[in-house]
Amino acid sequence: MHVILDYGLGYLYSVQKGFERVGLDTVITDDLTMIRNAKSIILPGVGAYRDAVKLLREKGMFEVIIEEAKKGKPVLGICLGMQLLYDKSYEYGEYEGLGLIQGEIRIMDISLKVPHMGWNSLIFDRPEDPLLKYISQGDYVYYVHSYYADSDKKEVVAHSNYEIDIPGIVKNENVYGIQFHPEKSGLVGHNILRAYKELII
Amino acid sequence: MLAKRIIPCLDVRNGRVVKGKQFKDIVDVDAPETLGKYYSDNGADELVFYDITASSDERKTSLEFVKKVADEINIPFSVGGGASTLADFTEILRNGADKVSVNSAAVRNPELIREASERFGAQCVVLSIDAKKNDKGSWTVYTKGGREDTGLDAVAWAVRGVSLGAGEIVVNSIDKDGMKDGYDTDLLTQITSQVRVPVIASGGAGEMKHFKEVVEKSDVDGILAASVFHFGEINIIELKQYLRANGIEVRI
Repeated sequence: MHVILDYGLGYLYSVQKGFERVGLDTVITDDLTMIRNAKSIILPGVGAYRDAVKLLREKGMFEVIIEEAKKGKPVLGICLGMQLLYDKSYEYGEYEGLGLIQGEIRIMDISLKVPHMGWNSLIFDRPEDPLLKYISQGDYVYYVHSYYADSDKKEVVAHSNYEIDIPGIVKNENVYGIQFHPEKSGLVGHNILRAYKELII
Repeated sequence: MLAKRIIPCLDVRNGRVVKGKQFKDIVDVDAPETLGKYYSDNGADELVFYDITASSDERKTSLEFVKKVADEINIPFSVGGGASTLADFTEILRNGADKVSVNSAAVRNPELIREASERFGAQCVVLSIDAKKNDKGSWTVYTKGGREDTGLDAVAWAVRGVSLGAGEIVVNSIDKDGMKDGYDTDLLTQITSQVRVPVIASGGAGEMKHFKEVVEKSDVDGILAASVFHFGEINIIELKQYLRANGIEVRI
């Protein structure tokens, strides 16, 4: 069983549908026992970092995600879920994240329009990564975000450029993060989810 | 870099996609999920659905199309026309839409933009503006499908909408809608020069060169069209090849 964490932020229908299209059945849940028993954890999310951290803590998920990730269970964070994997965020204050990937979430301080919303092309940092198996450098994916992961870049599998380099896919051992929305990125997104499914089943 | 988005617009009445000229002469086109899937598979970057269903009873049924569309496509889509309360936003987003666009409802109650933006995030809230040129050389906002003059200045309303929390502006020129002689680049340039969120051009597409012109003349992020796509006059993949050949970044 693969779980999509429901902590009350964002609607999870599209994420579940995206995995269903590549043949991965998922369960949307906030049940801690189910999360502990799951084969993999998908952490989605749209909204504010502060609210997400607060809700994850209130529901007891915060510690469980960290424990399960440290045991080697595959964890995939999408959009805000990816940002939550990092050490901390400066979105409307300073909030501690899950600390599964080193780095900090900061506002995009750039001259271009923010949010970074739309289709941007991927540049591969680690072309050999299995998540990139079915896609090509230059393929477009759909982003919607105003904050980005600022780090020493050693976790970056692929990035996009929007005045600054935006980490698009990141990885630390069994933990993957995707800043864009694979479930809304057409065939390219579909092929990323397909590669991810093959990694975790 | 970010690609310019090509966005087919689908007007939905009682669960069917329809198309008229300058909001009149409505003809039936197809089921929303059928046409949505077709566009999703054939080069569209995003879809916009406007629910133009007349009565609120029919609207409840009509919104069933949102889930059907979400089941069929894996590109972003927005839904407009049916939302006037936060509960409407919740319902539309829960059924799988990525954005909700507001038009008349936001003119009646501008706080709706702020409340929705705070609750769901600015990226979910699209302010759609129907604008018509007035005799003073500026543009006035119309509502109710172009029937009601609000007296609001279109550029000022766009600026206000963004300050209230709208994350994107769709600018539909009533003068240009269905005329097939190009987008209202003057109006669009006025708006793009004053707001720092994505602006989508709407109304006036007839030929591929109109898409090129609007990108070159005004700093729009997306270009919306309806009948030229629905009736097969312009093929989106060919359009994108044309735009790319002219140095405009598009997703192919």
